Amino acid sequence: MAYRVTINGETREIDAPGDMPLLWALRNELGMVGTKFGCGIGMCGACTVHVDGQAARSCSLPLSAVGEKQVSTVEALEQTPVGQALQEAWLEDDVMQCGYCQAGQLMNATALLTNNPNPSDGEIDAAMQGNICRCACYKRIHGAIAKVARDGETVDA
Amino acid sequence: MPDTVQLSRRTLLKASAVAGGGFALAATFPMAGRATAVSSPADLNAFITIHPDNSVTIIGKNPEIGQGIKTMLPMLIAEELDADWDSVTVEQGLTDAAKYGPQLAGGSFATPMNWIPMRQAGAAARAMLMAAAAQRWGVDAASLATDPGRVVQPGTNRSATFGELASDAAMMAVPDPASLTLKDQNDFRIIGRAIGGVDSPRIVRGEPIFGVDTQLDGMVYAAFERAPVFGATLKSADLDAAKAQPGVIDAFTIAANPQVQLVEGIAVIADNWWLANRARASLAPQWDAGEWESHSSAGYAQAAQEAWKSGSGGEVFAAQGDVDAAFADADRVLEAEYSYPFLAHVAMEPMNCTALMHEDGTMEMWAPSQTPQGGQQAVAGYLGMEPDRVKVHITRMGGGFGRRLNNDYMVQVAAIAKEMPGTPVQLIWSREDDLRSDFYRPAGWHKVRAAVDAQGTLTGWADHFVTFDLGDGAYNPAAMPAEEFPAKYVDNLKFEQTKLATAVPMGALRAPTSNALAFVMQSFLDEVAHATGKDLPQLMLELTDGVAPEPPTQGFMGSQPGFSAPRLQAVTRKVMEMARWGEPVADGHALGFGFYYSHMGYFAEVVEASLDSRNNPVVHKVWVAGDVGSQIINPFGALNQVEGSIIDGLGQAMQLAVEIEGGAAKQSNFHNYPLPRMPMTPQIDVEWVLSDNAPTGLGEPALPPVIPALTNALFALSGKRVRSLPIDRAVFA
Ligand code: FES
Ligand code: FES
Repeated sequence: MAYRVTINGETREIDAPGDMPLLWALRNELGMVGTKFGCGIGMCGACTVHVDGQAARSCSLPLSAVGEKQVSTVEALEQTPVGQALQEAWLEDDVMQCGYCQAGQLMNATALLTNNPNPSDGEIDAAMQGNICRCACYKRIHGAIAKVARDGETVDA
Repeated sequence: MPDTVQLSRRTLLKASAVAGGGFALAATFPMAGRATAVSSPADLNAFITIHPDNSVTIIGKNPEIGQGIKTMLPMLIAEELDADWDSVTVEQGLTDAAKYGPQLAGGSFATPMNWIPMRQAGAAARAMLMAAAAQRWGVDAASLATDPGRVVQPGTNRSATFGELASDAAMMAVPDPASLTLKDQNDFRIIGRAIGGVDSPRIVRGEPIFGVDTQLDGMVYAAFERAPVFGATLKSADLDAAKAQPGVIDAFTIAANPQVQLVEGIAVIADNWWLANRARASLAPQWDAGEWESHSSAGYAQAAQEAWKSGSGGEVFAAQGDVDAAFADADRVLEAEYSYPFLAHVAMEPMNCTALMHEDGTMEMWAPSQTPQGGQQAVAGYLGMEPDRVKVHITRMGGGFGRRLNNDYMVQVAAIAKEMPGTPVQLIWSREDDLRSDFYRPAGWHKVRAAVDAQGTLTGWADHFVTFDLGDGAYNPAAMPAEEFPAKYVDNLKFEQTKLATAVPMGALRAPTSNALAFVMQSFLDEVAHATGKDLPQLMLELTDGVAPEPPTQGFMGSQPGFSAPRLQAVTRKVMEMARWGEPVADGHALGFGFYYSHMGYFAEVVEASLDSRNNPVVHKVWVAGDVGSQIINPFGALNQVEGSIIDGLGQAMQLAVEIEGGAAKQSNFHNYPLPRMPMTPQIDVEWVLSDNAPTGLGEPALPPVIPALTNALFALSGKRVRSLPIDRAVFA
């Protein structure tokens, strides 16, 4: 069956079974491979996308459940001010090692700062603990998020 | 005219002009000890290309797994070329042993192997640009200097960019290596600078750069069903049922080929990987597990107990002095049993590979492999063709940790693609496949004994190691070195081993052998220290006091420095000072120390830990003093490697194990293989002890000592000794 899904503001038609996870529709049907496969069971966050602005694990979201909701992926991240600020901070601090988890980390962090522009250290930890980094760049991921939060504050003030 | 010049024993250089007025310097780094096989200059690849617009392209030859090599090796070239780093673009080189020599991500070898040759290549190109400028200006080349990206004549306003000189430089003679002077460390402009990864901008934008991101026209996806029990064989499977599933294109069996690590199983092909993987459920395969089904981690542990009890001992593989007399005469004998489990690698990007069998019978592959040359050989051998008929693109990898030293998945996809000529196939393993088809870090069991005389001196050391029989391959990850510390630092010693039969595949995991042995040796030395009224750093300093560095040894890379007690002493003293060792710590906290030497790096670490109300260990802070030579090439990458190693090691200590049950791995995904997550990240302070030695690698040596540093801290805190990993909080009850 064909599903119509809005991804990064564009309506896309996907002809696949409704129980196919959004992740595999993105990667193999649409060729949008920025969203990564890490576990397939919602345990690692590598596949994080935004659904109506909230972080969601695309490996565990069936295509049939997307409906009218707006999906956005890492490929469109730089179009949001928070996403762009985080991308820059990631580069300034050279956050990544292998980089494979980082699309998911950035998507999750963007959702965090969009909902809570000024999180405490504990809130950053809590919001990010669903995202595994096998290379364990946690110190830098945390630092880059905190930096963007701080800079955002100065701009607002 | 351009010619070919041999730089050092291994490096060949060749200059040529490129279309549009550029200059390309080709280099070959043949395999050590092999005849140089450059059939014609046209075979040489352009290693450094200087374009007329003054941009520079440098080939990164080694596979990138997150260790930073694709940035670091080009930094070495750019430094001696005196390029402007901002104008440098790095391209990944193809797999080609004749051109590049070893292309390997593993063993922390890349830094020591490339430190001189890469810099020589850059220096040669710089010399040729200067020669071109000298000719153009009619001046002596000796009067010239370089600023980043340009040749200048100090004291005059003569100046030309590399791009402007490139086409002339291509006509200059390649310099004699004897005429090249490498830069003094104090003049480095790029080496030593914190430089971000060359692929990082593409990573944050989600661009396709990993192996699993490979997309080719008409590509199909493969999932692979293998026996859960290691060593089992296939009796039957319902291929037709799988073929009837939505999206499935084909399903067929693949025969085992142990020579190239290919296991028996069934490939399911579909136009979407999720559909291929889902169709596996309808295969209903029947396996014949034979004797291996009875194997288990618990059974191996039992076998270790029996080996120790039998009294007949094991095969002795290291002995010195009179160990029996040392124990007979001892004032005190300490005895303990230590063990550690199997571990998995779980690189974040699951195993995958893409292959296309061309209609002309050649194979093309996009391989996330730490040893792409080995993969090329294995695939060629399997297909019965020459390696040059297997073209292997090296992709960036979402982690390696040693898993991708084995190329079983490369052969697996080649076996599948061979059946579908003209159709590109991407094989992807699920996380469950990855955890249950690994080459595990071997589990191990040690019965250790120490003899101490009336003066509190360590006089004897013995270890009966129970490990696995992995055959006589070139590399054995389940072996313990005969020189394992304190082997040469105690008068009387005996190491013996008993090897258990197994079908469980094992391999190298980041800091192989060291990641396990550091825990055993540094913990038991901590026991000795406590028993003699000392602490571990003090004991380590005493054991190595006044001992001169060992002579160089001949290794994989030629001569390498021997173990140096003074370097051990320097990092030990450094970390004691950093952590204020011996001074009071916060209530309910304690410090523990660990030292380990591996991959030519010296690391001393101190952990500050406590126990929470449920007796779970909490790590607050880790101090790290490391000596990896005279120079930290890229502080960004270096620190990232150390921080990652520390957290990796703490995860191993606290929560990770693969258990074999019924001949299969029990753990299957991140719910039961719980990798460290952000909240457990401690504060990590790192300081470098620079020493007068060529720089060595950093991907591994910081990991091993953190494990005993933690368990030693927990002993200091609770008086309870952790002798088995991962830490069981019941120990502290
Ligand atoms: S792949 Fe979706 S959470 Fe791991
Ligand atoms: S950077 Fe490698 S998994 Fe996060």
